Amino acid sequence: MNVSESVKFAWRGVTANKARSALTMLGVLIGVASVIVLVAVGTGASQSVTDTLSSLGTNTLTVRPGSSSGGFFGGGAGAGSGGGDTTTTDTGTSTRAATLTMADAEALSDPTLAPDVVEVAPVVTASSVAATYESASHTVNSTTGSTAAYLSINNDTVASGRAFTDADYSAHSRVLLVGPTVAKDLVGGDGADILNKTIRLNGKAFTVIGILEAKGSTGQIDSDDRIIAPATAVQDHLSGYGNLSSISVQASSADTVNDAQTQVESILDARHHTTADDRDFNVSNSASFLSAASSITSIFTVLLGAIAGISLLVGGIGVMNIMLVTVTERTREIGIRKAIGAGKYDIIFQFLLEAVMLSVIGGLAGISLGYLICQIEIAGFKAIVAPYSVALAFSFALAVGLFFGIYPAMRAASLKPIDALRYE
Amino acid sequence: MNTNRLGRPVIDLRGVFKTYGEGEAVVHAVDGVDLTVERGDYVAVMGASGSGKSTLMNIIGCLDVPTKGSYRLDGVEVRLLNDQQQSKIRNRKIGFVFQNFNLIARTTALSNVELPMAYAGVSGRERRRRALAALDLVGLAPRVDHTSAELSGGQQQRVAIARAIVTEPVLLLADEPTGALDSHSTDEVLDLFDNLSAAGRTLVVITHEEEVASHAKRVIKMRDGMISSDRRLVAVAAPPPRLRQTTGRAS
Repeated sequence: MNVSESVKFAWRGVTANKARSALTMLGVLIGVASVIVLVAVGTGASQSVTDTLSSLGTNTLTVRPGSSSGGFFGGGAGAGSGGGDTTTTDTGTSTRAATLTMADAEALSDPTLAPDVVEVAPVVTASSVAATYESASHTVNSTTGSTAAYLSINNDTVASGRAFTDADYSAHSRVLLVGPTVAKDLVGGDGADILNKTIRLNGKAFTVIGILEAKGSTGQIDSDDRIIAPATAVQDHLSGYGNLSSISVQASSADTVNDAQTQVESILDARHHTTADDRDFNVSNSASFLSAASSITSIFTVLLGAIAGISLLVGGIGVMNIMLVTVTERTREIGIRKAIGAGKYDIIFQFLLEAVMLSVIGGLAGISLGYLICQIEIAGFKAIVAPYSVALAFSFALAVGLFFGIYPAMRAASLKPIDALRYE
Repeated sequence: MNTNRLGRPVIDLRGVFKTYGEGEAVVHAVDGVDLTVERGDYVAVMGASGSGKSTLMNIIGCLDVPTKGSYRLDGVEVRLLNDQQQSKIRNRKIGFVFQNFNLIARTTALSNVELPMAYAGVSGRERRRRALAALDLVGLAPRVDHTSAELSGGQQQRVAIARAIVTEPVLLLADEPTGALDSHSTDEVLDLFDNLSAAGRTLVVITHEEEVASHAKRVIKMRDGMISSDRRLVAVAAPPPRLRQTTGRAS
């Protein structure tokens, strides 16, 4: 009995009852497809988070006021637009007021105390800034005032026009860079016409000198709905002269980020008369966020895959169920085959092959379906089909066929020919 | 009376018992049978239902093993064989013909006849050639591609006979081969058996019909698991008594 003969017999078995075979395959198909899709969604989500975090720079530190580690994306305790100036904080209350100043930012640029720090950018923010141009108006999600270094620290580039310079900063120039969303909203079209136009921010005239490169959106947050201007001009006209909302620091490389963090902390501790236990600021390290975020997303990927694995298991039990029915239904046929000389192993092989065929065909169809579903964009990011998930799902389907096929096949083979022939 | 043409007998049963159940409920289906069937013989085994003839047929066909006693098929002691070896001996030495044909459903006549050779490991082309020859012998050459559902009962039984003889077995074993056939098909099948017997094949036919038994060279009657009579109609070497069509061997 050769293999091609067994394949032929098994195929005949599969096609003998097409509707039933198709439904059995459907179980495996759904299992395999869901493993592939869910792992792809997990991988895609993980990739999306990683990309977003990487775009913020992997060798940057963000210093924020406040004693506890605040949200990474949150605005922190930024100075309000009409805020009065709290110059220094006093006394040892456990929660201190925000105390990052321009002087703090300048101190971090000390090449001897902070050798691993290459760039420092003080950041001021203004909230709910209304931008108007002619009759159009737009409330800007994020208004940032900083120095020219801010752009390089944050991996921001100017798509058209020019970036502002240190000279603009010193001169308190009312120039600004706009994100594509703001540009489109104000002038319509692709927003390119906004270049060199004067727009009003809360009524103050600013000249648009550049349009920022699009960053895309992360879920609900539109990263392109923003403007960046020299911090001096923002303080003059929008935020007032309160404390900084944060300081962005760039380390010389990704390897020196942790050293740079230590240096920044010791400089600020010295200036604020604090220690590690009672700091009124915190330093977040983008590299550590990145690794934390990717470990969280990979846990979710495994979780999703495991849930999908259960449906594959259920599909496998469906294969076993149908194979048991098939064996019972074809008891006579098994008897005939044994009477005319089929050995135990011929019978096992035939029925096992039939179970494997059901699960493998279902598995292949599941892979195709999984690929198709992954072409659809889900929740703003693209699912990425992980080759390992395809291999895993397929070999799992194969194993399911073998595992759940072996019992019915053994049962078929162990039937005594005489009992099998008499079976009605 | 027994002319031993090739030395060893095809079937050699010595003190064979087959019991089912235990203790009080024990049933002696075969209760001490000695039987020798020579090569070329054509034996009809008769008996009422419950006489043990079917159990005997299952033992002879290696579908069942005796509880006690010795069974040599073509010189091989069947009791000593394992499952796999029994499959092999059924495949090589026995051709079965059943009352209800037992063809594989949804499968063509040709594939059915090829099947025992597939299990024997005969190559595809050789298998096809021999299967077509066997189907030609039973007069079904024009219907090789029909499935069993597309064949009449008589035709199905002839496919089954072709399947039984295609491996050139030493024994052709038929269990009520005409039980499900009309009289015309019965005659066809019995003529076929006569011709196979005349060609030198060894046949054992289990039946309860005198008409079928009258074609055999030797008639054995069973009762209560034992042989009650053993009557020889013609010599082993002679042609079967009701052979109609003359063949080369029948003289």
